[in-house]
Amino acid sequence: MHELGIIVHITRTLQEAAKENQLTQIGSVTLEIGEVSGIVPEFLTDCWEYYRKKFPLIEDSELKIETLPAVTFCENCEKTYPTVQFGKQCPYCQSGSTYLLKGNECNIKEIEAC
Amino acid sequence: MGDMKIIEVKQSVFANNDADAEKLRSRLKEEKTFLLNVMSSPGSGKTSTLVHTINELGREFRIGVMEADIDSDVDAVTIAEKTTAKTIQLHTGGMCHLDADMTRQGLKELGTGEIDLAILENVGNLVCPAEFDTGASKNVMILSVPEGHDKPLKYPLIFTVCDALIINKIDVLPYFDFDMEKVMEYAHRRNPNLKIFPISAKTGEGIKEWCDWLAKEVKAWNR
Repeated sequence: MHELGIIVHITRTLQEAAKENQLTQIGSVTLEIGEVSGIVPEFLTDCWEYYRKKFPLIEDSELKIETLPAVTFCENCEKTYPTVQFGKQCPYCQSGSTYLLKGNECNIKEIEAC
Repeated sequence: MGDMKIIEVKQSVFANNDADAEKLRSRLKEEKTFLLNVMSSPGSGKTSTLVHTINELGREFRIGVMEADIDSDVDAVTIAEKTTAKTIQLHTGGMCHLDADMTRQGLKELGTGEIDLAILENVGNLVCPAEFDTGASKNVMILSVPEGHDKPLKYPLIFTVCDALIINKIDVLPYFDFDMEKVMEYAHRRNPNLKIFPISAKTGEGIKEWCDWLAKEVKAWNR
């Protein structure tokens, strides 16, 4: 359960943010999850439902997930293309010299709190 | 509940762990302790590879082992019975990986003052341990022949974060459709700097080459 570990880390970051900004309650947490990050949003939500109840700061908090599309860059023809559809090989020039530009993110974007 | 306001956080979930890992790494560098993080699937032969490694390098370095599992202490017992290394068992409490903070606590229990080479046997899993930097000096992954040569394509991240790849169980190569050239090509496609060591933890083949590399890395780190 990779997702539980992520939730534990998110909770720690939220506790720090709450301390810094003198917050007592977090109403929602918005995450940005890359399409090829290997994180399953449904599992993440399940882990959140279990874990949030342990902390008064987040016990009524909703987890919102925004998916970021994955984009790969081809070093050979310098074009970008959608990673999920075409994978490691460039659909324009068939080169394998490509790297992931974005899509591996797991960020806390913002929180609603008081 | 009072008036809610929106606060931008814009921070990677892994940022805290990455910072903890960096802190631990620089502390270990100062203390002259090399931390090796060993990752693989369950059943790839991590523990038997470690037994060989410890017995090969045990005269040169003071070695400590941390066995991380979700439950049980079978691996720690095996290492303690078959080697002279100091061994402790870490339980992850249901989690599929160790993070930098858990590693730090484990090292504290192991006591790094008298250890030159600390080995962390991570939870058997090719996905999650790759996401969490443990603070290790070097990361190694063990892939075994029965798992197939397509793994670098299916689990790209772990091949990207590792410094060395051990291909274990080469003694059973005749019985499997495992293509050694292909696995090397796929792995190097993900990580051109990856060192690859084909070994057999059963016959001992290739262990020396792997241990020579490790010894060199440990000496360079602890200099």
